[in-house]
Amino acid sequence: MTDMAFKVDPAPVQRWWQRRAVKRFLRHRLALFGLAIIVVLVLCCVFGPYLLPFDDLYIDLRARFSPPFSGPHIFGTDPLGRDLAARLFMAGRISLLVGFAAMLISTVFGSLIGIVAGYYGGKIGAVLMRFVDAMLSFPSIFLLLALAAFIKPSPMMITLIIAATSWMEITRIVEAEIKSLRDRDFIMAARTLGLSNSQIMFRELLPNAVGPIIVAATLTVARAILLEAYVSFLGYGIQPPLPSWGNMLNGAQQYLASAPWLAIVPGVAITLAVTGFNFVGDGLRDALDARSDIS
Amino acid sequence: MLRFLFGRLWQSLILLVIVSVIGFAVLNLAPGGPLSQFALTPGMTQAQLARIAHQMGLDRPLPVQYWEWFTRLLQGDWGRSYRDNQPVLAVIGSHLWATLLLMGTSTLISVLIGTWVGVLGAIRRYSVFDYAATVGAMVALSIPTFWFGLIAIYLFSLRLGWLPAGNMYTIGDGSMLDYAVHLIMPSLVLALVNVAVWSRYMRTAVLDVMNQDFVRTARAKGLTRFAVLMRHILRNALVPMITLLGLQLPTILGGALVTETVFTWPGMGRLFLDSLGYSDYPVVMGLLMLSAILVLIGNLMADIAVAIIDPRIRLG
Repeated sequence: MTDMAFKVDPAPVQRWWQRRAVKRFLRHRLALFGLAIIVVLVLCCVFGPYLLPFDDLYIDLRARFSPPFSGPHIFGTDPLGRDLAARLFMAGRISLLVGFAAMLISTVFGSLIGIVAGYYGGKIGAVLMRFVDAMLSFPSIFLLLALAAFIKPSPMMITLIIAATSWMEITRIVEAEIKSLRDRDFIMAARTLGLSNSQIMFRELLPNAVGPIIVAATLTVARAILLEAYVSFLGYGIQPPLPSWGNMLNGAQQYLASAPWLAIVPGVAITLAVTGFNFVGDGLRDALDARSDIS
Repeated sequence: MLRFLFGRLWQSLILLVIVSVIGFAVLNLAPGGPLSQFALTPGMTQAQLARIAHQMGLDRPLPVQYWEWFTRLLQGDWGRSYRDNQPVLAVIGSHLWATLLLMGTSTLISVLIGTWVGVLGAIRRYSVFDYAATVGAMVALSIPTFWFGLIAIYLFSLRLGWLPAGNMYTIGDGSMLDYAVHLIMPSLVLALVNVAVWSRYMRTAVLDVMNQDFVRTARAKGLTRFAVLMRHILRNALVPMITLLGLQLPTILGGALVTETVFTWPGMGRLFLDSLGYSDYPVVMGLLMLSAILVLIGNLMADIAVAIIDPRIRLG
């Protein structure tokens, strides 16, 4: 009876899918539905163009204005006889990519400003947050159009412009979060240990704000897709012949009586994509139990 | 109260200055410049362009230009339109009331509908109605306003022929009824998003208030559910909503811009797009400033209204 060694149960290995937040998200029916929409849309846009027998830029004047579901063209054709389905999928690549890239840029930039403003507070924080307030008092679509109208619109520029008008929400969320955490004990401890300001900001504070940031980022994708659609619809966004969901709707109004599918098809795609991201964002908010503010 | 007002006014002015710098920088740093429209005139030479730029003061350093523009702005001289040489304030003024009419009607509709959808969702929490309202609001938030407008025109004007497809009145007929008929579709389309936002916030606000002690006290006193709802819950839940209305203003204004284009509504949004197309810098800048001013006034009024309604909030 010599070795009465303690048998320590190894801590149960927790896989990422066993986390409570993940479980809660997977129980959220709307969020799963949203996720499904996004996955299907992305798959369609990535593989769709290879599966269709038509090129999105192939002009066929004999097949102009073919209605949907009536011939070889599933979604019909546009005023130049181009296949609407092929255009829809190619446009989806652009629109989704713009939305996603704009989200990445505005999330990184917005979080950065938010962390600095929240951590340092005082004058720096006040100046930064007044700037955020000023940006928020423009209706973003006005600012977006003014920028887009005077800059040569390429997908890259449009992405940057959208990001430039949508980082403020994230800054506000992050600033509030960081401000509430700044004076907690663990930050005091970190400071006592001699961590530098940037170590405290990015290693200690940022991970605690990840939940709200993820939620806001998801909703920003939805917003960015919508903004791209608005700007391109008004003619200042992505320029034809490059299709985007917004600019496909650009000429649709004049054909509303004779060819309503030109308006219906891209609009449904936009609505589906934005709904998908909004549902997922909502599910993530419930799962991560972030602050429940809507917008 | 007065001190608070002055404080807020001061803050708003500082904000306006920042806004004007951002707007001015955006417009003037963009390639092309204010003269791009004149450069298209056939027979225009570089020498002539340079002379025009000099005459209009466009060859001076930007800060100098900004300062002159800003001091004139304060004196009520917002410059003249590049398009027809009319004073900017007059140009904007002739479009302002159409936008205000559209925004006002639409906001009224969305507040009325949104409040009741939110209240019903809160008191019948987790019911079929609540669930439908939640999902419906999220879908409504995801529909592009302009597309919803297009579909509405397709259905109600082109298919059913019930409502006019655009414009603010029929030429030759300027009666109230005619205006009202033209107002129905654009204001409802613009209201959709706001009903969604409003009902979500209202639901949360009512749920917050419903669980507080004074509501239980009111019920215990023997008041009916309806009386408690009307007199105690609604009154308290509506207070944060007023602030929200102020915060929503930029969104409503932006939505109005898009709605106006679809319904050819002769408001500020249309003017903005037309001016962009013509590189009419003074008007574009004036509209950016005016929209910021409207937003700031809206927020200020919301703060004051909250302070008047809610005695717990002391301004100071």
